[in-house]
Amino acid sequence: MEEAVPVMAEKKKKIVKIIKVDLDKCNGCRACEVACSAFHSSPKYSSNNPARSRIRVIHDPLRDVYVPIRAGDYTPAECTGRHTYSINGKEYDECSFCGVSCPSRDIFKEPDSNLPLKCDMCESDPPLAEPMCVQWCLADALTYEEREEEVEEEEEKREEMEIGLESIADKYGLQKIMDAVARMSLSKKGPKT
Amino acid sequence: MRYAEKGFNLEVDLTRGSIERVATDPRETELYLGGLGTNAKILWDRVPPEVEAFSPDNLLIFAAGLLCGTPAPGCNRTIVSTISPQTKLMAFSMMGGFWAPELKFAGYDKVIFRGKSPNLVYLWIDNDKVEIRDASHLQGKGAIETAELIRQELNEARAQVAAIGLAGENRVYFASIEQGHSSASRGGIGAVMGDKGLKAIAVRGTGDINIARPDEFIELCNEVLEYIKVREEKPIPGVMPILARLGSPQEMQIHDEKWHTESFMWGNSRHRRKDFWNEEIEKQWTKTMEKARKRLISCYNCSLKCAATLSIPGLKTYMMKCFSKLTYTMAAMSDLDFGLKIAQRATEYGVDAFSTPQVMAFALELYENGILTADDMPGLPASNEERFYWLLDRIVRREGIGNVLANGTYWAAKEIGKGAEEYAHNNIKKQEQLPLKLSMLNPIYFLMYATGEKINITQIEGQFPQMPFPTREEREDFVKDWFQVPDEKFKQYFLDWELRGEKSFPYYPTVQMCCDIVDWQEKMHYIDDALGMCAGLSSFPLKPPYHIHNYPKFISAGAGIEMDEAKLSQAAKRYRTLVRAVNTRRGMRRKDDKPPEDHWKKRFPELEKELLDTYYKFKGWNKEGIPTKESLHELGLDYVSKDFIQRGILTDKEDTPSKEASSEPEKQ
Repeated sequence: MEEAVPVMAEKKKKIVKIIKVDLDKCNGCRACEVACSAFHSSPKYSSNNPARSRIRVIHDPLRDVYVPIRAGDYTPAECTGRHTYSINGKEYDECSFCGVSCPSRDIFKEPDSNLPLKCDMCESDPPLAEPMCVQWCLADALTYEEREEEVEEEEEKREEMEIGLESIADKYGLQKIMDAVARMSLSKKGPKT
Repeated sequence: MRYAEKGFNLEVDLTRGSIERVATDPRETELYLGGLGTNAKILWDRVPPEVEAFSPDNLLIFAAGLLCGTPAPGCNRTIVSTISPQTKLMAFSMMGGFWAPELKFAGYDKVIFRGKSPNLVYLWIDNDKVEIRDASHLQGKGAIETAELIRQELNEARAQVAAIGLAGENRVYFASIEQGHSSASRGGIGAVMGDKGLKAIAVRGTGDINIARPDEFIELCNEVLEYIKVREEKPIPGVMPILARLGSPQEMQIHDEKWHTESFMWGNSRHRRKDFWNEEIEKQWTKTMEKARKRLISCYNCSLKCAATLSIPGLKTYMMKCFSKLTYTMAAMSDLDFGLKIAQRATEYGVDAFSTPQVMAFALELYENGILTADDMPGLPASNEERFYWLLDRIVRREGIGNVLANGTYWAAKEIGKGAEEYAHNNIKKQEQLPLKLSMLNPIYFLMYATGEKINITQIEGQFPQMPFPTREEREDFVKDWFQVPDEKFKQYFLDWELRGEKSFPYYPTVQMCCDIVDWQEKMHYIDDALGMCAGLSSFPLKPPYHIHNYPKFISAGAGIEMDEAKLSQAAKRYRTLVRAVNTRRGMRRKDDKPPEDHWKKRFPELEKELLDTYYKFKGWNKEGIPTKESLHELGLDYVSKDFIQRGILTDKEDTPSKEASSEPEKQ
């Protein structure tokens, strides 16, 4: 087989972790919340408290709404407006599908400190076979998948600062920047005694 | 630090409107565990036998079991204890759902109510903030409706609400407390709640529950989950579908109702319809259920889907589980469509689905036999099904004849007279039972019916197969992986048990074996009720994931109380005896320990006497069913015998009763 010449950057394999949610299978038992909060307590499993869970079941039994959602990013701002989704004749508020820790509700915040919580897929050493919420969901509403994805290394997310720095280097040349950095660090430290 | 439990109770005086947070004694937990156990202790200490159900001095206790709120799967039961207006004995109905864990997260193990509020109120527990709020705008509202309205006005979708409907407000003797798809229905505890002027309790908690030995505890939980998977994949062969699997009988999923409809009685527990079930009915009922059923649902931290959300066009959505599916249908000799529709109204009213249909069928039987007349029932509709709605509406409002029927068949029959007592034929200790009328005496069930103080067969039976398996081969197969038995001898009891011949009913299992079997069955229920574990994962089904061998480990690792099988059995015996002591002091005696007269056609008075004598002895009770001084001493319950002797219930010298029931209003 002829060797391929890398045109762009090298391809790199990356594991993408996915929790699949089947809303029809959720029985609203909240075992996922129990397992999550127990796993993330310190020491591990020493306490449990669904209010600290990074997965929550949004449920409204009389309207047959059962949505387990994982805690995502934090935002300091509320949404300016919200959608209402109508799916199979049922109405869902946009918040039902939103994992953001935000000011408009009290989930995904530590109850004592109010600091935002975020799902980490139960990263631990040694690693779990599956995140705890999936392991404890005997209803199979939550299932776990790992998918290998090929990503270009270059595409790997870089720091915002690095992106900015590159644009300055493009304009003034790398040497000028290095000189400036050297001067700056010297003046910060002050003259040597 | 306290583990598994919080170590605090809320004491609410509804007369004065005061709320106190009271620390509990950890030594009591060690002796009585929690839930039912500590409830029994409180009722013994604080509610003397002179206090009637509707006295302000009666307590109404909502307890979360010892392990509620821990990750132990299926541990979510609220144990409600009080004095029942119907039986005048201790009532300890329970409910699953989500309420008990939420109370723990709010920081409390129990809420204890005393006194009476002059106006209808509800209690709002929001972690440390607890307040009594006006509920006058909720007067007459349905139980499910009330929960919704309270969540809205508190703007707290995650508040868990236990509420009464109109029946509780009007002190119907079989009024329930409803909470989502769960309810504490037996013994009229909803009536006590209504009498106290308490419409609902809403709770929201965001605190932690601590575990004493975390790694050990989570491992035990994982083992339970693994075993649940094993049992769900492999239903037990040779038993009827509802007993093959875990959970409470899976009535919302299983459409084959041949066993219930042909073995249980219809109407006022009168008619057995042996050829009722056929393909056409199965097709029709399956269609009815599948059309109404929106989703199978669960209680807190449990994978079993015992309940369902039901939506019937034109009616509000409601939730149901277990045998409530058929009680109205069968009492009215109707079909499932009628049963599900009237159950919606009954759930909002908040009534017990065992007693209510029988009370109504009883009334109609009296009417058909001329004991109740058109004068008693003005405006009674012509159609049978309409009559049930008519009666239900009147009972919960206590209107006309409804005011009499609202006290249940026993008290209603007394009031109506004219031979009505003959029609109140399916009671134990004044309370309506499952409609079963069978042929040959079952000695195991005889003891359970006679002595079970939850007065409900489903709350004492379990673990041991209800019937022998036809062949030895099948029996050998069954005992192979039966590791839940407390002792190997139970396997032998079962192996030798035959459908016919020498080793069959009523003389086999032998009297002694029956005592062993019933004691095991009852013990597991009592442990569940102290820990807050659902019977559906423990004491009720065959081969459950929780049993006498892993329970001590759960308690040790969870609550940090060193426990082994002997110590746990002793604790269960202690508070089981205390329940009997509370009832003994209220006048309960041997004469009350009996199944309905017509439960079996073939009775064996001598054998029954021997069974009761031997079982009483086995339990440490005397011939009257009163715990003896000796056995009380062994259990560390000297304070009970002291009280018994003071009251003349036991004499100082020997364990014979010297006085009849003190609070029994009239001789039976």
